[in-house]
Amino acid sequence: MLRTNLEHVSTKEELQELIENNEKVAVCCGRMGPMCIPVYDIFEIFQDEYPDIQFRDMEFDIPDASVIRSLPECRSFNSLPFTIYYRNGKVVKATSSIQSAKQIKDIISEVFS
Amino acid sequence: MNQNSHFFDLIIIGAGPAGLATAIYTSRASISTLVIDQSSAGGQIKTTHQVANYPGFVEPVSGYELARNMRKQAEKYGTKFKLASEITAMNLEEVEKWVEIDSTRYTCKHVVIATGSSPRLLNIPGELEFKGTGISYCATCDGEFFKDKDIIVVGGGNSAMEESLLLLQYVKSITVIHQFDVLQAEKITADKIMQHPKVSILWSHEPRKFEKIGEKMVTVAENLKTKELVTLERDGIFIFVGMLPNIDLFKNLPLQFSPQGYIITNERMETNLQGVYAVGDVRDKPYRQITTAVGDGTVASLEVIRKN
Repeated sequence: MLRTNLEHVSTKEELQELIENNEKVAVCCGRMGPMCIPVYDIFEIFQDEYPDIQFRDMEFDIPDASVIRSLPECRSFNSLPFTIYYRNGKVVKATSSIQSAKQIKDIISEVFS
Repeated sequence: MNQNSHFFDLIIIGAGPAGLATAIYTSRASISTLVIDQSSAGGQIKTTHQVANYPGFVEPVSGYELARNMRKQAEKYGTKFKLASEITAMNLEEVEKWVEIDSTRYTCKHVVIATGSSPRLLNIPGELEFKGTGISYCATCDGEFFKDKDIIVVGGGNSAMEESLLLLQYVKSITVIHQFDVLQAEKITADKIMQHPKVSILWSHEPRKFEKIGEKMVTVAENLKTKELVTLERDGIFIFVGMLPNIDLFKNLPLQFSPQGYIITNERMETNLQGVYAVGDVRDKPYRQITTAVGDGTVASLEVIRKN
């Protein structure tokens, strides 16, 4: 269970519904670890700054997180968290390991503007 | 002058325990306080699994919870936060000081620098390029991706060796690359590593570049004594080479720094710039703990309250 203030994605179906019904979605898939927590926190802060983007987290170890773990974009990833940006239901960016606020801001400008 | 301007008595740069402790005291004393951080609040403790030596907690407390509570406590007394924000310009040398974020100017009488320290990077080719796809900085996070694999650990200090002990639960072998010919870690930890059958150590070597060939990570390391280069092919690389003070923002200011780059203060946390204080891990001092950071913050806050 992720102890964050973000809304959690718990199932494949929830994720599918989320990306089908929202143009811009960012999901941070990880654990309560030192590389993941800063990304959840930054997502939380950015929720106010970017109200048009749906920010969520998903627990890496639940079976349904395979929907993220097995993405082709994540094939070479071996650091948590896996952070996926969806636009119109499609993956437009995926990152592995910790990202700074500036890096996330740059990605948002790149893929969501 | 920018159109958007905001005035505070105190601006704290950095939202770790030192900055938050300062903010709790000053806000409670009705000093208008703004805390700015390029990330979220909490500093290094928010990513610490458990804190067992912070007074007042009989059982270990999660670092994440402790950080959240410190922030909530500061907010409760009126501290304002500007988080995930980059300072783009500043002037701390005049009586009225200011910092700018996204073209908004924040003006104040006092500044407390509490930017902490960060894991040191090697800054060699390939390091950033392969972060997350072969290069890691966290054994607890990424160790299991390397189950039954051969890896390299760069570093020989306490954190490198403690993380190596954790990695040994997963990996087939570890090659430690260390710049000296003796491990710097505490003897009890160093002995466990040196006696472990899965570990080999490349003494007096430093990595010079990282490459990826197929699924394998290639490390080119230099023998510091003979200058010869060796090439090692493994499945992954973990880097633990100490901490550095976060002073990039202040490098162009006439602040006094120690030879290691930490900001020098007196016992009242005053720097050589009037009205500018430094607290926590960014300050030149012998011990860096949550408790010493909070202590620094307390001293600086009382000075600010006295002088405001």
